[in-house]
Amino acid sequence: MSNYSGSQASNPFYDPSLNKRHFKAKAFKSFSIAAIIFSISFLIFFLGDMVYKGLPAFQQSYIQIEVTYTEKTIAFTRKAIDRKYRKVVSRAWLRDIPKRVKANPELLGTTQMTWVLLNHQVDQYLKGHYYKVKAKDLKLIQAMQEQGKIELHFNKIFFTHGDSKIPENSGFKSAVVGSILTLLVTMVVAFPLGVMTAVYLEEFAEDNRWTQLVEVNINNLAAIPSILFGLLGLAVFIALFGMPRSSPLVGGLTLALMTLPIIIVSARAALRSVPDSIRQAGYGLGLTKVQVVQDHVLPLAFPGIMTGSIIGLSQAMGETAPLIIIGMIAFIPDAPSSIFESATVMPAQLFTWAGMPERAYVERTAAGIMLLISVLISLNTLAIYLRKRFEVKW
Amino acid sequence: MITHKSILPFMVGSLFAISAATTAQAREQIKIVGSSTVYPFSSSVAEELGATTNNPTPIVESTGSGGGMKLFCKGNGLNTPDITNASRRMKVKEFEMCAKNGVTDITEAVIGFDGIAIAQNKNSAPLLLTKKQLLLAVAEEVPTADGKSLIRNPYKKWNEIDASLPDREIIIYGPPTSSGTRDAFEDMIMKAQTKKMDVYTSLYQTDKVKNKGYKKYHKIRQDGVYVPSGENDNLIVQKLDKNPAAIGIFGYSFLMENDDKVSAARIEGMVPTPTTISTGTYPISRSLFFYVKNSHRASVPAIDQYVKLFMGENMIGNDGLLAELGLISLPDAQRTAIRASVMQHKKLTLDDLTNK
Repeated sequence: MSNYSGSQASNPFYDPSLNKRHFKAKAFKSFSIAAIIFSISFLIFFLGDMVYKGLPAFQQSYIQIEVTYTEKTIAFTRKAIDRKYRKVVSRAWLRDIPKRVKANPELLGTTQMTWVLLNHQVDQYLKGHYYKVKAKDLKLIQAMQEQGKIELHFNKIFFTHGDSKIPENSGFKSAVVGSILTLLVTMVVAFPLGVMTAVYLEEFAEDNRWTQLVEVNINNLAAIPSILFGLLGLAVFIALFGMPRSSPLVGGLTLALMTLPIIIVSARAALRSVPDSIRQAGYGLGLTKVQVVQDHVLPLAFPGIMTGSIIGLSQAMGETAPLIIIGMIAFIPDAPSSIFESATVMPAQLFTWAGMPERAYVERTAAGIMLLISVLISLNTLAIYLRKRFEVKW
Repeated sequence: MITHKSILPFMVGSLFAISAATTAQAREQIKIVGSSTVYPFSSSVAEELGATTNNPTPIVESTGSGGGMKLFCKGNGLNTPDITNASRRMKVKEFEMCAKNGVTDITEAVIGFDGIAIAQNKNSAPLLLTKKQLLLAVAEEVPTADGKSLIRNPYKKWNEIDASLPDREIIIYGPPTSSGTRDAFEDMIMKAQTKKMDVYTSLYQTDKVKNKGYKKYHKIRQDGVYVPSGENDNLIVQKLDKNPAAIGIFGYSFLMENDDKVSAARIEGMVPTPTTISTGTYPISRSLFFYVKNSHRASVPAIDQYVKLFMGENMIGNDGLLAELGLISLPDAQRTAIRASVMQHKKLTLDDLTNK
């Protein structure tokens, strides 16, 4: 049987269209392979580019020089360092001198050999990017480099600071905190609402015209462009309920509306996959409908529900469009401490950085993308893990 | 079981209740909206205020000049912004909208100039353009050769406009309609010329209602030669880097920061530099503004500190911080005068906006 296209004369079962069909099958297969190779190479190119551009952002250059802490240098922080270094060190570092002295009062009246943050132009030069440093300052930097007084340190600032207009002083922290608070609100609202809706539709509701209409609408809702949810959020949460603009509360509620249909659809699928025999057995033992659903069906469907919810949340995490409308894309350097304060989120921060003229933001944008993508990948991995670990095969 | 179920509506309900309560109080944090051109300057000052005083860092949202005015003029409630930035002066219509909603006590501040650069790939032969040539390259309808009537813009190459220009395809990456840069470009390159060109204005004279658009003609062609490129000026820089034929329209600060990739075309013989922009010899520059809602000064005390810091010599002065970011300072005398009027919280009147 293996030799389909055997000689025509000897094979009474020879089908003249066979060769053509085989060719078609082969072509189809190679198209599919080409498609996957194309998408994988695109992905590798994109990730490679991001890593190549973003990795330098995890290091920041410092120079070891003398810093004088006196009453006078606290008032005029520029005077804390030798005049010749003024054009190469970061303005943000000097600006924080009073704060540093306040935190460590014993510094006052001393002169310390300290690692001082360099400004972004010098940093870009040291990392081999396009830079704008005057020849005089460049010479100074090169001389200091030979003495080993310039080093690249791990960029702590990126994780401990919020946005800044001074590139070397800018970080991702406030965006991360904002994202966490926003997603918390989303989760608290969307998860119970979504699961309860799914339970009702799947377990309690009768299959009539009315529930069919609801079902069609939910599926439609899942396909609505996210920007419309932003407009809805603006009209309802901000204009009608008077909630604070730019806050994680409004952002979270808006994203919850967006995530709801995804959670409902996936939760329904999970509930449907629980075999009817479980329910029948429960009824057979005299359980009420609530007991059957709560103690048997829901726990069994839970891994599937979790998977869908996590995917919904990770989608919400990467969303920017609706947040533009409700004012979360703004210059917000302070990390919010409650859901009522103004906040920005990770993708919004990336959007802001991508539009900045200074070159030093290019590497920060790429580094932020790397962080965001790694969070998304870990969320999705968690979803897969939950499914594999707890899924019950019937 | 019952408590389990009733917790959710309670939680959602309380969220709503708390949020309603918080908006009614006085607030510490300044809220600023408005122009994307002023945004980098405004947020730098905001950051400085947050870093050097005990005030929380103001929030600066980039909504575009027009969008900012809309939010600003919504009313005096504390959930409206305190300050709006603008890359053009407040329009009379906007002033009236403000007044209608009770926002009558507004102070206007001019912070400096911004040049609009017409840039191209650094490796391309330098382009020397006049304002007229630029108009002919971007307008949807242009005068015929005899200058008597209008036709749809036929120019695809620069040398078709003027033989002295290179044999190069016209392709222009510029700001979209929502942008203040686009408004300024239309004002200074298009309206300023077309309102004096009979071939446009005579059409307006024949039918003032139907041909209203020809009074100050400013329609940009939509046949693919002018490509609206979003609010992100970095994108335009990238496009110019890839395409040596193209020219781009964006703010001076982006030209300054990307001078390894792009260079400025000469307009009327001038390139944008801080000097040519501030003296007005470079023909496409505009003033930048912010507007303060004085009714908020009592409940948001940080506003006064922010305004003082912004108008200080350390910021908008010749060697100020904002100059490093691409803001072109006002001439000394004008700067002193503006500072004085802003510090006295001078109330903006309709007359200020109409008699220029």
